[in-house]
Amino acid sequence: MTVSGWILILAFVGVLLALTKPVGDWLFALYEGRRTPLHAVLGPVERGFYRLSGIDPDEEQSWRRYAVHMLVLNAVLMLFTYAILRLQVLLPLNPMGFAGLPQHLAANTAVSFTTNTNWQSYSGESTMSNLSQMLGLTIHNFMSAATGIALAFALFRGFARHEAKGIGNFWADCTRITLYLLLPISCLYALYLVASGVPQTLAASANVTTLEGVKQTLMLGPVASQEAIKMLGTNGGGFFNANSAHPFENPTALTNFVQMLSIFLIGFGLTWCFGKAVGNTKQGWAILSAMVLIFLAGVAVCYWQEASGNPVLHHLGVPGANMEGKEVRFGAAASALFATVTTAASCGAVNAMHDSFTALGGLVPLFNIQLGEVVVGGVGAGIYGFLLFAILAVFVAGLMVGRTPEYVGKKIEAREVKLAVLAIAVLPLVILGMTAISSVVAPGLAGPLNKGPHGFSEILYAFTSAVGNNGSAFAGLTASTPYYDGMLAVAMWIGRFFIIVPMLAVAGSLAGKKYTPESAGSFPTTGPLWVGLLVGIVLILGGLTFLPSLALGPIADHLAMIHGQLF
Amino acid sequence: MSNDLTTSLRPALVMTGLFALTLGIAYPLAITGVAQVAFPHQANGSLVERGGKAIGSTLIGQNFASDRYFHPRPSAAGKGYDATASSGSNLGPTSQALADRVKGDVARLPVTGKPIPPDLVTTSASGLDPDISPEAALYQADRVATARHLDPAQVKALVRRSVDTPILAFLGDPHVNVLALNRALDAIAAR
Repeated sequence: MTVSGWILILAFVGVLLALTKPVGDWLFALYEGRRTPLHAVLGPVERGFYRLSGIDPDEEQSWRRYAVHMLVLNAVLMLFTYAILRLQVLLPLNPMGFAGLPQHLAANTAVSFTTNTNWQSYSGESTMSNLSQMLGLTIHNFMSAATGIALAFALFRGFARHEAKGIGNFWADCTRITLYLLLPISCLYALYLVASGVPQTLAASANVTTLEGVKQTLMLGPVASQEAIKMLGTNGGGFFNANSAHPFENPTALTNFVQMLSIFLIGFGLTWCFGKAVGNTKQGWAILSAMVLIFLAGVAVCYWQEASGNPVLHHLGVPGANMEGKEVRFGAAASALFATVTTAASCGAVNAMHDSFTALGGLVPLFNIQLGEVVVGGVGAGIYGFLLFAILAVFVAGLMVGRTPEYVGKKIEAREVKLAVLAIAVLPLVILGMTAISSVVAPGLAGPLNKGPHGFSEILYAFTSAVGNNGSAFAGLTASTPYYDGMLAVAMWIGRFFIIVPMLAVAGSLAGKKYTPESAGSFPTTGPLWVGLLVGIVLILGGLTFLPSLALGPIADHLAMIHGQLF
Repeated sequence: MSNDLTTSLRPALVMTGLFALTLGIAYPLAITGVAQVAFPHQANGSLVERGGKAIGSTLIGQNFASDRYFHPRPSAAGKGYDATASSGSNLGPTSQALADRVKGDVARLPVTGKPIPPDLVTTSASGLDPDISPEAALYQADRVATARHLDPAQVKALVRRSVDTPILAFLGDPHVNVLALNRALDAIAAR
C-alpha cells in the first residue's frame, strides 16, 4: 500500500461527501415535484409525455397501483429489448452484420438490463449491433435507474406522509428523474468522456496496420453515450467485453476517478434527500455514516490484499502487487477502490478482473453484494434496501429495551417487520439455493474456468451478482449456456422484483400510519449508537448467512494460496 | 387490481415508445453529432498516423515482438492484442495455468538481477493495456539498446522522459505508453 493510494481513497470519499448535499437537494426537488431551472427547457417535453400517454401526474397512486404500473412498464421494456436483440440482423445500424441473438442469450440480456443488473453473458464488441447498444440497452440504463430512484421516493413518502393513501405517481417520478436528472448529467458526462478519448461514432471499427506490420481492427461505436449512463445509473453493462477496463471505455486515471464518483453520486445524494423528506437531515447522515464505515472497511481489506500481491507469483521471482487482470494506468489502489465501489453500489462495471484478484481481495466484492448492496447501493435500490435493514434494526433495539419500535415518526409493527424480513430473506435463499444446485448438476459444473475452491467461488459469485442485481462477475465462468442464462435470468428477476414488491407494501403500510412524535422513550436514530447498531444488523443479518459459503470458496482459496497449493 | 393493470397499459406502451425515441435514438445521436464536430480525433478512436496511414490508437495496446522494440504486457485478448476480443485471463490466484504461464514468461526474460516488474509477466484486464510501468520499460532497455546498437544510457533516458506521471500526484500509477515510446525510439534511430 502506498500513501498516494490512501490519498486517492480519502479524496474519493471527501469529494462525494461534498457533493451529497447539492445532489440531495436536487433529488429532493424532484421528489417533491418542484420546479427546477431545467423546467424552462424540458417542462414542455415532460407535459408532452403525460399528454400522449394519458397520465395525470398529480394522481396519487396506492402502493398496489404504483407496483403494478412499475411492473407493467418494466415488462413492456423488457419485451421491447428482447425483440430488438432477436431481430437486430434485420434492423438498421448493424455495420458489422451481427446475427440476432439466440433465445437464451436475448432473454438473459433483456432481463439483465431491465433489472439494473447488466450481467453480460454476451461479449459486446462481437455480438451487439450499434442499434442494439443504443436502443436495446442504453434505454434500460436510464429506465432501470429511474425506476430504482422512483421506488426510493415511494418509500420515502411512506415514512414522510401521515394517514395518507397514496405514495406518489410512478409515471411522474420516472419521467422527472429521467428528464431532469439522468439525461442532463449524462449529456455533459458523455461529452467529457469523448473529450478524454472515449469513442462516439456510428462507424463500427477502424483498421490499422501496427508498427510491426500486423493488422489490428479497433472496435468503435457510440460508446460514450452509453458509458455515461452506465455509471451514473449504477448499471454497469459495458459496450465492450472488458467493460471499464477497456481503454476505450475508461482511458485515463482521471476518467476512472470520475467513473467511480458517478457510481456513488446519486446514492449519496439520496441519503440527504431521505433526511429532508422525513424532516431531519441527521437521519440521512446517520444512514450515510453507517454505509461509509462498512465501505471503508471493505476498501481497506481489498487494497491491502491486492497491494500485497500473490505469494504464488512472489515465489516465481515476481514480487509486488497483484497485477494479473489489472491495467497499469490504474494500478492496485484504483483497481481495488473501483472493485469495492462497484459492488457496494449495484453497478457491476469493472476496471479490473475480479476473478484474478487475490482470494481475500476477491472476497470483498463478493461479500459487498451479499450484504444486499445496501452500502450506498444501486441508485434507489441501495437506500430502500438499507431502510429495510433500518426497520429490522429498530425492531431489534425495541426487543432489547422492551419498547415499541419507532423510526422517523412511525411505529414499526408486525406487518412491516414481516415484509422487511421477507424481502431480505429472498437474497440468501436464492443465492445459496441456486449455487448449491449448480455445484452438483453437470451443466452447472461445466461452467467454471478455474479449478478447486476458486471454481466454486466463480459459481457463487455469479448467483450472488445476479440476485444482487450487480452484474460484475468472476468472469472465468462460461455463462452463455442455456443452463446459466436461464438460471441467472430467473435469479435476476427474483432479486429485483421480489424485494421491490414487499418494499412497496411497507411504503403503503407506513404511509397510512399516524405520526408518532419522538418522546423520551424513543430509541434515538441519529447518534453513534444507532450507526453502530445499523452496521451490526447489516453485517449479522446480511453477512452471517453467507459465511459457510465464503469458507468453501475464497477463504479456502486464501489458505491454499498462502501455502502454494495450486489447482 | 385488474383496474390497476388496465390503466397501466396505455402509459406503459406510449412511454416505452417516447423513452425509446428520446433515450435510445435522440440522446446517442445528439452526442454523436456534437462529439464528431467538437472532438473528432477522440470520437473516432484517437488514431495515430504515420505517413498518412493509421498505425494504431494511442489508447489501444498493440503487440511488439521484435527485440528492437519495447514489448507490451502479455495479453489475453484473442491471440494477443486482438481489439475485437477484449478480455482478461480470468485465472485465479491459485491457478496452476497462471503459475505455469508466468513461469514460462519469466524464463524468457533476460536475467538482470533486478526484481521482475509484476506487470511484465501478467495479463491486463482488457488484454489491450497500452501501457507498461516505468520499471517494466527500464527492464527491457538493455535488450533494446543492444538490438539497435544504441547507448543503453540514451535508451534509459528516453524511457524516463516518456513516463506519464499521475494527475494530481495520486490519480493512477506512473506509466509509459508503449506505442509512443517505440515511436520515439524509431525517431532517435532515424536521426
